[in-house]
Amino acid sequence: MITKRIIPCLDVKDGQTVKGVQFENLIHAGDPVELAKKYFEDGADELVFLDITATNDKRKTILDVVEKVAKNVFIPFTVGGGIRSVQDIRDLLSAGADKVSLNTAAVEKPDLISQASSTFGAQCVTVSVDVRKYDGEYYVVIHAGHEKTKWKVLDWVKEIENLGAGEILLTSMDADGTKNGYDVEVTKLVSENTNLPVIASGGAGADVNHFIDVFKNGKADAALAASIFHFGLLPVPKLKAELCKAGIEIRL
Amino acid sequence: MITLLNYGGGNLQSVANLMNSLNVDYEITNDTKKILNAEKIIFPGQGHFGNVMENLKKNKLDEALKTALNRGVPFLGICVGLQVLFESSQEAVGVEGLSIFKGGCERFTKGKVPQIGWNRIKVQNNNTILNDDYFYFVNSYHVVAKDESIVSSKANYYDDFVASVEYKNIMATQFHIEKSGKAGAEVIKKFLLK
Repeated sequence: MITKRIIPCLDVKDGQTVKGVQFENLIHAGDPVELAKKYFEDGADELVFLDITATNDKRKTILDVVEKVAKNVFIPFTVGGGIRSVQDIRDLLSAGADKVSLNTAAVEKPDLISQASSTFGAQCVTVSVDVRKYDGEYYVVIHAGHEKTKWKVLDWVKEIENLGAGEILLTSMDADGTKNGYDVEVTKLVSENTNLPVIASGGAGADVNHFIDVFKNGKADAALAASIFHFGLLPVPKLKAELCKAGIEIRL
Repeated sequence: MITLLNYGGGNLQSVANLMNSLNVDYEITNDTKKILNAEKIIFPGQGHFGNVMENLKKNKLDEALKTALNRGVPFLGICVGLQVLFESSQEAVGVEGLSIFKGGCERFTKGKVPQIGWNRIKVQNNNTILNDDYFYFVNSYHVVAKDESIVSSKANYYDDFVASVEYKNIMATQFHIEKSGKAGAEVIKKFLLK
């Protein structure tokens, strides 16, 4: 049976990883290519790169990173952040990315999802869905969680499914950064109401139970985390071994 | 020298990157003459069954491939490079595949579609270069072979499905060898020695 996926996420700014990556034996921890190689060796199932480069003139740096990662890392990887057009997507895929992740642009220009899907295939179109709970109801938020949209999460999920999305990267902005665990409630809600694979994101702490919970109760197909891996708080091999012991289908 | 079939789409560069990392000589081509004279062919498929067949026919690569395969050139097909070896697909009704094998491609009817992720294959016979291991799959359709004896491995996605076929000089996998980490690299190495 298909296994649950563990996905480290790397934030990249101007071609360098950010978020204070700490690895004792890694001299160039700021180099996303070196870090990607380490996670590949560690048995990560996929990788996600989030380009948070603010200025347009430096946006080409991500293409350089993608090209180098593709030459060194032989597991699938997704690139998100700042993608506005079919041409942006073509550039990233040509450089070697396997999938792209669309976020704000997808909400503002939903046609981008259908164009991307019909041009490159649904399998490479991940739609990043950021949510926040308002008065007991989950809404989609954009611009890094700062702006609430009109979309209730399930309405938006149906919409992107119809537009041709291939996968959902679901981030709870309420849980993100707390390290108190994933938002299992919204993960279950989305996962049970879509036919697309769901990657849970936001809130993972250095606690295997957070992952067990989001896989077993949240019905997530994959779990994404950043700092717990970057800081070595819960290394990928240890996490996967523990999940396997807990009876979760995992690739060892 | 490995010939990588460039049919105008798909994951060609990923396969080329893997070849580079293994220091393997290869050429990327859509030249029918080079296909006909190839020592070994890899067909890195990705995308829509109908589009792939259309691209093959447009460049007369379909006939060249069939001739090369009949002549015994070792062949490795990946993903849609497996599916087009069969007669048809529910993905493109009315489009004829290369029809090297009898059978067709059917859509998964259970679970989330596409299947995305690492799945463990189970080897079905001894005549395979594969081992039971995890490989990376991204597919909505899977092949249903009339002749079970060509099936060299299966995996399970709510039901068992064909993960690879091997018959004489022809081998093809539903999984993405080029994205299956070390397990994938091992398959390529063994194919090169075959």
